[in-house]
Amino acid sequence: MDELIFFINRVLISGTVLGSIYALGAIGVTLIFGILRFAHFAHGDMMTMGAFIAFVLASALAALGVATPLPMAFVVLPAAMIVTALLALGIDRGFYAPLRARGARPVTLLIASIGVTLMIQGLIRLIFGSGTRSIYVANEPKDIFRIDMGWAGGSRPISITEPQVLMFAVTAALVVALHLFLTRSRLGKAMRAMADNADLAQVSGINTALVVRVTWVIAGALACVAGTMLALDVALMPDLAFNIVLPIFAAAIVGGLGHAYGAIVGGFLIAFAETLAVFNWTAVLRPLNALLPEGMALPANLALVPTEYKLTVAFVILVITLLVRPTGIFKGAST
Amino acid sequence: MSAASNTEARGWNSPLRRGLILFAAMFVMVVAVGMVQGTASILLILTQATAFALIALGLNIQWGYGGLFNFAIMGFLMVGGASTVFLSYPVNMAFWQSEGPLLLGRALAAFLIGLALVLLARRSHRIGIAGRWKTALVALAWFAAYVIYRSQIDPAAAYIESTAGFVGGLGLHPVLGWAFGGLVSALIAFFVGRISLGLRTDYLAIATIGISEILRALIKNMDWLTRGTMTVSPMPWPTPLPQHLQATGMSIPDSFVFARLGFLVLAGLILVGAFIIVQRAYGGPWGRMMRAIRDNHVAAASMGKDVTGRQLELFILGSILMGVGGAMLATFTQIFDPSGYQPINHTFMIWVMVIVGGAGNNWGVVLGAFLIYIVWVISDPLAQLIFLNLSQLTGSLGWGAIPEIDSRALQMRVFVLGVVITIALRYAPRGLLPEVVRREG
Repeated sequence: MDELIFFINRVLISGTVLGSIYALGAIGVTLIFGILRFAHFAHGDMMTMGAFIAFVLASALAALGVATPLPMAFVVLPAAMIVTALLALGIDRGFYAPLRARGARPVTLLIASIGVTLMIQGLIRLIFGSGTRSIYVANEPKDIFRIDMGWAGGSRPISITEPQVLMFAVTAALVVALHLFLTRSRLGKAMRAMADNADLAQVSGINTALVVRVTWVIAGALACVAGTMLALDVALMPDLAFNIVLPIFAAAIVGGLGHAYGAIVGGFLIAFAETLAVFNWTAVLRPLNALLPEGMALPANLALVPTEYKLTVAFVILVITLLVRPTGIFKGAST
Repeated sequence: MSAASNTEARGWNSPLRRGLILFAAMFVMVVAVGMVQGTASILLILTQATAFALIALGLNIQWGYGGLFNFAIMGFLMVGGASTVFLSYPVNMAFWQSEGPLLLGRALAAFLIGLALVLLARRSHRIGIAGRWKTALVALAWFAAYVIYRSQIDPAAAYIESTAGFVGGLGLHPVLGWAFGGLVSALIAFFVGRISLGLRTDYLAIATIGISEILRALIKNMDWLTRGTMTVSPMPWPTPLPQHLQATGMSIPDSFVFARLGFLVLAGLILVGAFIIVQRAYGGPWGRMMRAIRDNHVAAASMGKDVTGRQLELFILGSILMGVGGAMLATFTQIFDPSGYQPINHTFMIWVMVIVGGAGNNWGVVLGAFLIYIVWVISDPLAQLIFLNLSQLTGSLGWGAIPEIDSRALQMRVFVLGVVITIALRYAPRGLLPEVVRREG
């Protein structure tokens, strides 16, 4: 039983946490690709930016003496989402829209997004310094729920932290909301039409400029949620999401670029692949030692990949996907 | 920045005049920085800029000539650095006298066995295994090869790390090490290109940056080969070191100036050599074919050009220059530190150099490399100056001084780099010295 609990703690929970973040980020990447046809490289830094905005708002509230039972950064999340969405619109207006108006190729936009990456990173480090800080501004405790498994014969509890529970709830709610938006609302349908065929959408009377703006709003808001949740779970630092922008792209590509549901599936797929690859299987298979003959005992560490190579797992999956099924699990859009 | 605004002025469309003016402006900038920061300091900047110019030429071959998106520059620089460590670092006798070589030999044998397994599985259709069964067999062979290799390399690595530290070098001349860096880069570029060059641009960008991260993870964690995060230093120089010159009785400031000058001359010679070759290749039929493939690969293919093969050729040639440049940088700084490599400094900066300088124009790329590197280096002291003045202002206003000025000013470089590329894309999308396409007849 203890082995199963260990597996739940180490794989199920941390895989779901990572998967939620990858999925939220990958949805943004994939929507932007579907509508604007370029790989938005600065998405990771938009996540970091969102986390820092939440941090600033939370600090302001804390300075006013407000106290809440939930983490302050979580409480201010709606406001932070709005600010990040507005900033995303501003970034598009300032840096991408002029290039699009000139008819620049998607690759030029990709390079422009690197410029945006550098500027956001530089600004964040200029303002907040390059150190790691805690997003728990009011010294709120990071609650850990321990679910006692004594009734099932387990000696250790299943432990899950408060931000993780919040993250599951928020991710599920956002995914459902996005699904309803894309399938039920007029604008959502217009978005899907434009992702399918931009020219056809335009001649059928869809306001493509509005669709572009809505895309940035959704991508920015989701990036803010993902960044803040990541910061709540780990810590707040300037290269918070820059380091995971690659697995996010891998998730979007594996799911099929331009395909929102694919991005969710891809996010969880990559996250669980990473978690399972570095998982030490001996911890679960130890009971087998009693059955195995002498001298055949399992080695102390039976992980498929050493922990330091965790990030490479995403790329191996990415490369295999690109070789075997370049359009991703669901058929993705093309450049 | 001053140069970026120069392009706004119209009326000097002659590429030659434009080039001369911009190079003269850069020369003035170099002299000015030299006057402020001292001769030894500007020589340091110039030497590193020379290595970066070589790397930027490599990217120009790939992106400017061939339109191949390569985000794996950092990976190739690390490969170049690690290769020159292996060839030119002094011999580590503790390793050669231990069991290490034997264990590594067994790991190599395991690797070859694994390779043979995979190759055999790939040919299994010869004995009637096809379709899904073959795919499964190949996957199984990959897994078996991985397990066999890991079972040998893990104990070997642990043994070497615990006894001799790391493999050490071969003690050869550093210039040989640079050549070796180019060779290993070419080898890796061959496999990377074979896997990824069929992809479209955005996918290629993600795939190459992934490969670069894999290379970084490998080099950072293969402690037995590269010493990983423990870093390797001091690396030998091909030219006399300042310490050697001091031994001959030279004063300390002079020794730094002359040692760096020696290195700069050597690096400059290599850059000039590479430049002449690359430039002549561009003007010749080979370059014309490459531009034809870049601008319309369908038309080029219908004219009988081997598009995939040629693109692979470009990718390898560019990567050789990157490997050599990376090896030069590691030798010059005398330390190989895998954790010192960052995508911003070693991939994106090169891209900014090529875009700002003018993709496709070798003169422009060299100009861009020197210009951007100097801007990159001097942004830090300039930002520090601004911050110090601001800090005095806020201090006098009673808001208190700005904390951590040093580390913040260092980050200014990243921001400036972002601003420069944004301005370039917006107002001079073809670069300071745009590609000149000569049309005869």
